[in-house]
Amino acid sequence: MLLNASGCLDALTAPDVARSLDAFVTKTVTPLPREGNAPARIAETDVGMLNAIGLANPGIDRFLTRNLPQLEKLGVPFWVSVGGFQTDDYADICSRLDDHAVVSAIELNVSCPNVEAPVESATQIVAAARLATRKPLWAKLSPAAPDVGEVAQAAQAAGVDGLSLINTLRGLKLDARTLRPALGPGQGGLSGPALKPIALAAVASCYRATGMPIVGMGGIQTGLDALEFIAAGAQHVALGTVLFADPDAPARIRMELHAAAAEHGWNSYDDAYAVAHEESLSLRTT
Amino acid sequence: MRRERLSVVANESVGPYTLLRVARGSLEPGRPGQFFMLEAPGRVLPRPMSLCLAPRAELAFLIDPIGPGTRALCALERGETLQVLGPLGNGFDVEVERPLLVGGGIGIAPLPYLAQQLPGAPAVLGFRSDWHAEAAELVPNAQVCVEPVLVTQLIPDGMDVLACGPEPMLEAVRRVAPAAQLAWEAPMACGYGACYGCAVEIDGQLRRLCVEGPVLHAA
Ligand SMILES: Cc1cc2nc3c(=O)[nH]c(=O)nc-3n(C[C@H](O)[C@H](O)[C@H](O)COP(=O)(O)OP(=O)(O)OC[C@H]3O[C@@H](n4cnc5c(N)ncnc54)[C@H](O)[C@@H]3O)c2cc1C
Ligand SMILES: Cc1cc2nc3c(=O)[nH]c(=O)nc-3n(C[C@H](O)[C@H](O)[C@H](O)COP(=O)(O)O)c2cc1C
Ligand code: FES
Repeated sequence: MLLNASGCLDALTAPDVARSLDAFVTKTVTPLPREGNAPARIAETDVGMLNAIGLANPGIDRFLTRNLPQLEKLGVPFWVSVGGFQTDDYADICSRLDDHAVVSAIELNVSCPNVEAPVESATQIVAAARLATRKPLWAKLSPAAPDVGEVAQAAQAAGVDGLSLINTLRGLKLDARTLRPALGPGQGGLSGPALKPIALAAVASCYRATGMPIVGMGGIQTGLDALEFIAAGAQHVALGTVLFADPDAPARIRMELHAAAAEHGWNSYDDAYAVAHEESLSLRTT
Repeated sequence: MRRERLSVVANESVGPYTLLRVARGSLEPGRPGQFFMLEAPGRVLPRPMSLCLAPRAELAFLIDPIGPGTRALCALERGETLQVLGPLGNGFDVEVERPLLVGGGIGIAPLPYLAQQLPGAPAVLGFRSDWHAEAAELVPNAQVCVEPVLVTQLIPDGMDVLACGPEPMLEAVRRVAPAAQLAWEAPMACGYGACYGCAVEIDGQLRRLCVEGPVLHAA
């Protein structure tokens, strides 16, 4: 499946782009509306970008009354990304989404920079969300944990159905002239090509640690990038930063992905699933 | 929303700025004040540029080389290609009675195309130096001032002001012409409402400038 990365597409503003995906993932929804951070909120870096949007979203009430019916009309399956600042926030939102048949899955954004101890809090959040909904639950993890595979195992034990890997990593850009932060809030989340090797490592580690379904993301720009994520152990891939430069990326990357798979002699890119792990095994033994 | 790979027809110097002319392909020029996202060779993100002129079968952008993205655009040569998305956003409302075009520095970029749709409209333009003021040749009927004289000193009462320029200039214009249409800037990653990066305060709320603007009514 080809998805967008949460926060990197507004399906209601750009419906055609959303329709070119297999499923649309919303921007993270929190209990209360959030305006987001004061500008500047984005800055380009050498091979990526920083963002400090600050989870701007309408809050779950307005999301349910206003956005949900509009999203339903689009006719694209969609996942809701859920965020919060304590365990109950996640459970509340999940239980309110549970009645809405139109929501295909829930992605728990447990990689919010405000969440301090990733292993314990991710486990608690997943466990509470699991009790609150029967919908498929995906945990979106941060690569900043010392051992992301361990976090993934804990999430699996707590009842998650899959993993979304990875969220952004914290970064800082200084204005070259003033030597002050380029972003209003100071630091931001790094995304784009710079993230790709880190994301691939997280996908590979979590695949080895759990064998769970994974949505791989982080710096995917081409079909070949997407194929690498699949080879590292991702069943699905999501597009983030690349959508900013190229709203036609979903169709392009799909084509490139088929071509890249064909070059390996595969009928489908599914045949590439987790081959990186076989390969490294044989390399080690010979 | 259309995106197409267009080829460079010419890159011409205008004072310190560069006029980048590209073959239009099937893209529409749109309304004055609307903008395009231009692929900046070697950069991760495209750069927003107002349409400056729409010569036959072309789109032309006036670019100030202030950083890596704009310098890469100014270095493009005839025959090279770049991805262009647009037109985007909301432009100027040209249904006004007594139009006055006001521009400062690179903010004059959308005015030549705007002037074509408001034939005979007067303009006042402000620049940092005589060299920068060479760009005034692109705007007909223009009265030009160079710092320390400011454009706001040249705005007569009772005009329907359409302005583009640096933020302090727009703030000053808003004070002397409260009903002006102002074209604002914000850093933009996508230009089509996807990233929420371009938020500015509009009517007391942070909203996306690429969707609600870039031209906003001051009042
Ligand atoms: C709707 C719109 C239309 C525009 N039209 C034109 C145009 O016709 N011609 C033109 O030359 N420029 C235009 N700009 C500005 C142009 O997009 C930026 O100058 C460019 O993106 C800078 O990229 P860079 O890599 O060269 O410099 P960067 O390294 O990105 O920036 C250099 C410096 O400029 C600041 N900066 C960057 N972008 C902006 C911004 N949007 N607003 C304020 N400060 C910024 C940075 O903080 C930094 O200090 C427009 C911007 C918008 C939003
Ligand atoms: C502007 C922007 C906003 C984002 N907002 C969210 C968000 O609300 N929730 C979330 O889980 N991730 C968010 N992300 C992270 C992306 O979903 C993704 O994990 C990350 O950008 C890596 O993928 P990429 O390199 O393809 O962009 C955001 C990223 C960007 C660039
Ligand atoms: S530039 Fe991305 S939302 Fe406006």
